[in-house]
Amino acid sequence: MIHLTTPISEEEILRLHVGDAVQLSGIATTGRDAAHKYMVEKLIEAPRPLPPADQTLYDELQSFLQGGAIYHSGPILRSEEGRWSFVSSGPTTSIRDEIYQDKVIAAFGLRVVIGKGGMGPRTLEACKRYKAVFLHGIGGAGVYNAASVVEVLDVFKKEEFGLPEAFWKIRFDRFTGIVTMDAHGKSLHDDLAQEFDRNFAKIIKGG
Amino acid sequence: MKSTAEWIGGKGFREAVFELVRLAACELPTDVEKALREAQAAEEPGSSAELTLSLFLENIAMAKERQAPVCQDTGLPIFFINQPEGVSRRLITRVCQDAVAWATTKQYLRHNAVDSVTGKNSGNNIGEGFPAVYFTEWDDPAVEMALILKGGGSENVSSQYSMPYAPLDAGRDIEGVRRVVIDAVRRAEGKGCPPGILGVCIGGDRGGGYAESKHQLLRRLEDVNPDPILAELEGRILADANRLGVGPLGLGGKTTLLGVKIGKLHRVPASYFVTISYMCWENRRRSIRIEPDGTWRITG
Repeated sequence: MIHLTTPISEEEILRLHVGDAVQLSGIATTGRDAAHKYMVEKLIEAPRPLPPADQTLYDELQSFLQGGAIYHSGPILRSEEGRWSFVSSGPTTSIRDEIYQDKVIAAFGLRVVIGKGGMGPRTLEACKRYKAVFLHGIGGAGVYNAASVVEVLDVFKKEEFGLPEAFWKIRFDRFTGIVTMDAHGKSLHDDLAQEFDRNFAKIIKGG
Repeated sequence: MKSTAEWIGGKGFREAVFELVRLAACELPTDVEKALREAQAAEEPGSSAELTLSLFLENIAMAKERQAPVCQDTGLPIFFINQPEGVSRRLITRVCQDAVAWATTKQYLRHNAVDSVTGKNSGNNIGEGFPAVYFTEWDDPAVEMALILKGGGSENVSSQYSMPYAPLDAGRDIEGVRRVVIDAVRRAEGKGCPPGILGVCIGGDRGGGYAESKHQLLRRLEDVNPDPILAELEGRILADANRLGVGPLGLGGKTTLLGVKIGKLHRVPASYFVTISYMCWENRRRSIRIEPDGTWRITG
């Protein structure tokens, strides 16, 4: 098991290869469909100057995502005396953010994208170019994953996006995943897809 | 003797349905846990597949202990209800909605009902067709409810084929069905959170096919289809799919499916649909029986 703590350096990312099991600690944000669309359309590609509220969020995200991680997850949370905590939070299917992810990696200097199911060629290229990895979480293991979210530091866009889609700024302690796309241009998903196709052809002919 | 309105509308009935929702979200059926344990033992020690399955099992234990939802995507709650004659379906539906909203305030369900046009989340899991409720009238005086929580990831990879399906030379016969079902599993890869459980319907119209395929998901993994042709097909597809190599979460391995359950509906001569509802590894399904005197017990 390899341990990483944000902010993560380029050298640390280059030491990782597909198949490596990793435990990640440090600050990250959740972000899924609505968050990625917003980041690209309202923060990254919007004409300057940005409206003040967007500029504030842009600066805030920049302050902790450089060298950091985004977690594709829509959590279940509990609020007790004004303090939020994660109850259940596994990764969601990442491919839905394929059209945005490369731009978000480039604009915010992300080192780790956490999700499930893998992503496509644009994200793989961005991982190689900007030195990042895709960390495959344990899908469905909501309570196990939530236990590694030891602190909720802040939340953005809660009212507008709803609880599952908001940006939850969190602190991880040893979040467990497997690197399935690395910064060397390798995707475990692509390799496996070829194997699945070969097996599929044999099974269909076997009829 | 209470009236049916007092029975269904009473506090005890609502509490029973709440209990069903809580159980479905937090405690997996025993057959699913057993199948995952057997799958873990069959994978290569030290492989991604083995690690993944061991973490699934750890998660199941943690969820039960903490009474927290096994997965954060608590999906669309789908109720299948057997009800005696003369009971108001509208009233039962309202009780299901109340229990779902109540469970949401207790964090047993995520805020999951989103208006499809405005994008607004209702915040209480109530909306048009949300939760989904299906009824069957039976001769028994009790109400039996089965609930499945159907997550979005697995629902997105569910699919329907109109036969014949030329790309696979799949005709309107059992061999054709086998081919397209394996195709659906191949296409789903890791996206439906394998090892999955398939509910399949042969025939029906498009809507009825999906409803029946979901109904098949209520069956226990070890049960045997009473139709010998379908029983054989279920076994064949399960064995074939597990040779694809997709494995837990699509990261490679021997366990791609935990079960295949197939039903059939009559069709019109011109149509032949094969419908596949893909269920994630958790297969969150529980059931409860509520007697006319208000007592209840968990039945699955």
